[in-house]
Amino acid sequence: MSDLIGWFVDPAHFSGTGSIQQRLLEHILLSGASILVATVVGLPIGLYIGHTRRFANLAINIANIGRALPSYALVVMILPVSLTLSPEYGLDPIPTFVAMTLLAIPPILVGAYAGLRSVDADLVEAGRGMGLREGQILGNIELPLASPIIVGGFRTATLQVIATATIGAIVSGGGLGRFIVDGIHNQDYTTVVGGVILVASLAIGVDLVLALVQRRVTPRGLQLQQARRGQPPDVAMPIPTADPA
Amino acid sequence: MTISIDWGWLSTHVGAMGLRFIQHFQLVAIAVTLGFVISLVLAIWAYRQPRVYPPLTAITGLLYTIPSLAAFAILRPITGLTIVTALIPLTTYTLLILVRANVAGFNSVPAEVLEAADGMGYTRRQRLLRVELPLALPLMIAGIRLATVTTIGLATVASILGETFGGFGFFITEGLDRFFLTEIYLGAVLSIVMAFGADLLLVWIERLVTPWARTRAGTA
Repeated sequence: MSDLIGWFVDPAHFSGTGSIQQRLLEHILLSGASILVATVVGLPIGLYIGHTRRFANLAINIANIGRALPSYALVVMILPVSLTLSPEYGLDPIPTFVAMTLLAIPPILVGAYAGLRSVDADLVEAGRGMGLREGQILGNIELPLASPIIVGGFRTATLQVIATATIGAIVSGGGLGRFIVDGIHNQDYTTVVGGVILVASLAIGVDLVLALVQRRVTPRGLQLQQARRGQPPDVAMPIPTADPA
Repeated sequence: MTISIDWGWLSTHVGAMGLRFIQHFQLVAIAVTLGFVISLVLAIWAYRQPRVYPPLTAITGLLYTIPSLAAFAILRPITGLTIVTALIPLTTYTLLILVRANVAGFNSVPAEVLEAADGMGYTRRQRLLRVELPLALPLMIAGIRLATVTTIGLATVASILGETFGGFGFFITEGLDRFFLTEIYLGAVLSIVMAFGADLLLVWIERLVTPWARTRAGTA
């Protein structure tokens, strides 16, 4: 225990390459970048599918494929390809980054789709009857009501991404996983635990922030409804279909 | 570096694949079974005492946020190089998914059906076993599907603990150490195939144990 406190206050761990703040920054930057790319790809597709109700089965199947892809396997499968294409960045950070992005797309896409699907169809009809254009229906009715579930998709994606960035350290590269993997190799338990505490704190901290965001974006009417009917639908859950594909 | 597969190596390692499959299967089967039993008890509790549900999801959610690599690493000195070290994180990860799924399953039972059961004089236990559990089954199995697929992926990470763990993940980790592409791909492909296979198998089981769902979908 005192070793551990020593590890966290040792000035040597806060300077030079491989310092705690550098690893933390690497972890956050890589996670943020892949969430950004995944959002650019996944969010419009999810919103399109949710609004038009077209290709819904495709969305569910993509989500299921995404869930079945083990992150560790994905990182190592990308590695040889990226090494061939780019000797400079092929080992680090491309494989981890690509895997993180691929794994973040399904929850974001499904969150957007499931969010829009949860909106009462009568409300959309009413909007249409009032002469709102499709863009207005999406922006003024569907998006606000769907926002808690959409943010829920981001929570799932973020957790997935932070964990995958950690696993990426097994292959190579920076991030907080470096402490864990190197610690295991050198049988340096203090470094392992230090790394674990940092990664877990980051994951839990980011999740708490997103949980607050989720609460803030929930419209008041929806909050009242949820209070009456119980929990909102959950993105982490598979979408039940009458006839599973 | 070229991507080429060493087919000769693959053909001499079929036995090892079988062994790793059994290892992988064991880890996943024990973790999901344990997780399901624990979460069923917790879900029945939360179903009868709705106040319990929010803290329950908060705690299981917190456990879920700890990256698997971190969990395996921190348990190793405590529980040693035993299967317990791999099973504890794998089991706790299933709890979030399974508790939510089981509670959702119970909540999906229509109030009229419960009233009818009460009216027919069912005791609380009879109602649970004969009415609520069967009707909650589709959502419960949906949860088991997700938990199984997730656990198959996470179990590969357990291979960093050593060669007796991680099933197919062993090929990935050993392949990385030797930088032997064929072995890396073998581990990755086998774990992905296993995840898809398990998912399909569970869909089939779901149809088998809930024949009424199919009839209803057919008439609707």
